[in-house]
Amino acid sequence: MKQLMLGNEAVARGLYEAGVKVVSSYPGTPSTEITEFAAKYEEMYSEWAPNEKVAAEVAIGAAFAGARSFCAMKHVGLNVAADPLYTAAYTGVNGGFVLAVADDPGMHSSQNEQDSRHHAIAAKVMMLEPADSAECLQFTKLAYEYSERFDTPVILRLSTRISHSRSLVEVSPREERELKEFAHDPGKYVMMPAMAIKRHAVIEERQRSIAAFAETAEINRVVEHAGAAIGVITSGACYQYCVEALGARASYLKLGIVNPLPVELIRNFAAKYEKVYVVEELDGIIETHCKAHGVDVTGKELFGPLGELSQRIVAEKILGEAKETMATDLAIPGRPPALCPGCPHRGVFYTLKSLKLRVSGDIGCYTLGALSPLDSMDSCVCMGASVSALHGMAKARGEEFAKQSVAVIGDSTFIHSGITGLIDIAYNKGISTVIVLDNSITGMTGHQQNPTTGYTIHNDPTVAVDLEALAKAVGIRNVRVFDPYDLAASKQAIAEEVAKEEPSLLIARRPCVLLKQVKTKPALKINKDKCVGCGLCMKIGCPSISMKDKKAGIDFTTCVGCGVCRQMCKVGAIGD
Amino acid sequence: MKQSMNVMIVGVGGQGTLLASRLLGAVFLKEGFDVKVSEVHGMSQRGGSVVTYVKAGEKVASPIIERGEADIILAFEQLEAARWLPYLKKGGRVIANTQKTDPMPVVIGAAQYPEGVLEATTAAGAELTAVDALSLAVEAGSPKAVNVVLMGVMARFLGVEYDVVKQAVADTVPEKFREMNLKALQLGFEAR
Repeated sequence: MKQLMLGNEAVARGLYEAGVKVVSSYPGTPSTEITEFAAKYEEMYSEWAPNEKVAAEVAIGAAFAGARSFCAMKHVGLNVAADPLYTAAYTGVNGGFVLAVADDPGMHSSQNEQDSRHHAIAAKVMMLEPADSAECLQFTKLAYEYSERFDTPVILRLSTRISHSRSLVEVSPREERELKEFAHDPGKYVMMPAMAIKRHAVIEERQRSIAAFAETAEINRVVEHAGAAIGVITSGACYQYCVEALGARASYLKLGIVNPLPVELIRNFAAKYEKVYVVEELDGIIETHCKAHGVDVTGKELFGPLGELSQRIVAEKILGEAKETMATDLAIPGRPPALCPGCPHRGVFYTLKSLKLRVSGDIGCYTLGALSPLDSMDSCVCMGASVSALHGMAKARGEEFAKQSVAVIGDSTFIHSGITGLIDIAYNKGISTVIVLDNSITGMTGHQQNPTTGYTIHNDPTVAVDLEALAKAVGIRNVRVFDPYDLAASKQAIAEEVAKEEPSLLIARRPCVLLKQVKTKPALKINKDKCVGCGLCMKIGCPSISMKDKKAGIDFTTCVGCGVCRQMCKVGAIGD
Repeated sequence: MKQSMNVMIVGVGGQGTLLASRLLGAVFLKEGFDVKVSEVHGMSQRGGSVVTYVKAGEKVASPIIERGEADIILAFEQLEAARWLPYLKKGGRVIANTQKTDPMPVVIGAAQYPEGVLEATTAAGAELTAVDALSLAVEAGSPKAVNVVLMGVMARFLGVEYDVVKQAVADTVPEKFREMNLKALQLGFEAR
């Protein structure tokens, strides 16, 4: 029976059916649900790793040891995991090893729009790209076949529209696989110069074999329509956009293997059509390949390298057709995301702003502290960069700057790659203050456990990283915890620590208000007789508070009674 | 049902639009159509403008709905109906919850919440069904049932039997909330 399945869930189903034994990932939108769904299958060992590099190394080790293994990450996570991946390309595998990477064209939930196909090319590994949930399942299983057949890691490339769309899937039972023998073979698995030099030659030969295979592989599919004058070369979600926009007016070469790309298959396809288009999101990788082999195609000059494509864009650019639309003449204000009502981060950002501190920010829900009215972030680059970039700022601008600045980083992000920056501050005699916004969960990606929470991916109790002891162990003598719901205590703690001539680690500790175990309070109310309409309570940017007819009002459906606004009110107008 | 149906569900992060899109996907699947449901998770869920797409037909290719393609826009909040109106097909229908939620630029006084939002959608050419879904949800037993009330309103315009929608709700929601949700669905279906 066919069922409606999220692309990410279909990848997890593919892992199950392929007999995968070990799954290790770090959460990242839009890849997170793959591992969450994988964890529901008892036959597979699944875990959240501290970061993508560790996750990839766990999976590589499991593959060396003879099991089929897997890790998933978002596109920027592959930068973190690039180090093990590039050398695992040299060692090859034993049991199959597949790494899923989810790109985010349009940046629905990311800090950049990089195209992970570049990693596959640079690392010289095979990359497959599915176009719906059924292919997510099918290609995942094929990826293991190819991984073992060609002795290579295989990357499964997803994107937001594939990972986060539901379409029909037919499932099969799991095929259990015996562990392969784990032979002592330093020439293959110990990558030092003498061995790696030999392996490099093997890898170049392997790429040639896979490229030859790609010429006739079934998942590089030609869909021909009689009488079509247009030929389209495409892959993934773009194939779906083209089919919807062009239908039988075009014929298609749908590439399931996006690295290495075939040559003759493309050449023979292109020769049949008057005009050939390459439709691909982000960079012109297929197009550049075609042109390098003398195939005349049109691509990026029409579509450009920015954002997502769609059936509308394809129809407009190729056919010059546009659908009729309607619109109001209203000025519609934007609706950017905001920290949730009761979010423990809110009070910290309000405090940082009121102390006029410069803030080196990081990746998580709390990046929203950069938006009005909190406006309290000066920079945000990548996971962990808040801590190390703050150290760089302080070394560049001196001690006075260090006393006027902080880094803010979430608990999960701190473990991911913030701790190394903190070691740098301690070791190199910095005096900066780092604030861990410890909400006891990995929030933005939808509540995943992490090494600080004390629970595994299965919510089984386990050891929890003791942040206070960890900071002390790396040489931070000033370690202090405060409750971010208490504005006065927050202000005092932050003001005192930044003033010190030594580095400090502050921990703003309160669980995410959306966690099931957090008991919220009834909504607060505004006493309209007392409210003077001064607007002070609006300065914390709480979505539950609004101003109507010069009086503040609280939305009873969303307020969770955190009480931060009550501490703002100078006339005592906010009560139970 | 018609040969194909494109429904956009728009609202504010946290209002339960994802559940509504899954319910609708299940309804179309039961009717024997090919179905695609597209969601966006992550950053925009935090109180931002959110949109999900539900498409049904003999064969659905693209998972997303583009400008001028939606048969129905189901708006959990008025302003979102107007924001996404360019995605409505000519002659298409807006089903709107009359609830207003100020976006942050309005909250901080940097912008105004426009007047006459729903009137403007009809002036632009949309068919409109407007319902105070929050009041009906409270009547059914929980303000959180706004999504199911709106599913009930939409059930009139899907071209599928009400019982199919009812069954999908019964299959999807947890046992202890079933009765309340079915009441919410009924109140939405009967709302005029």
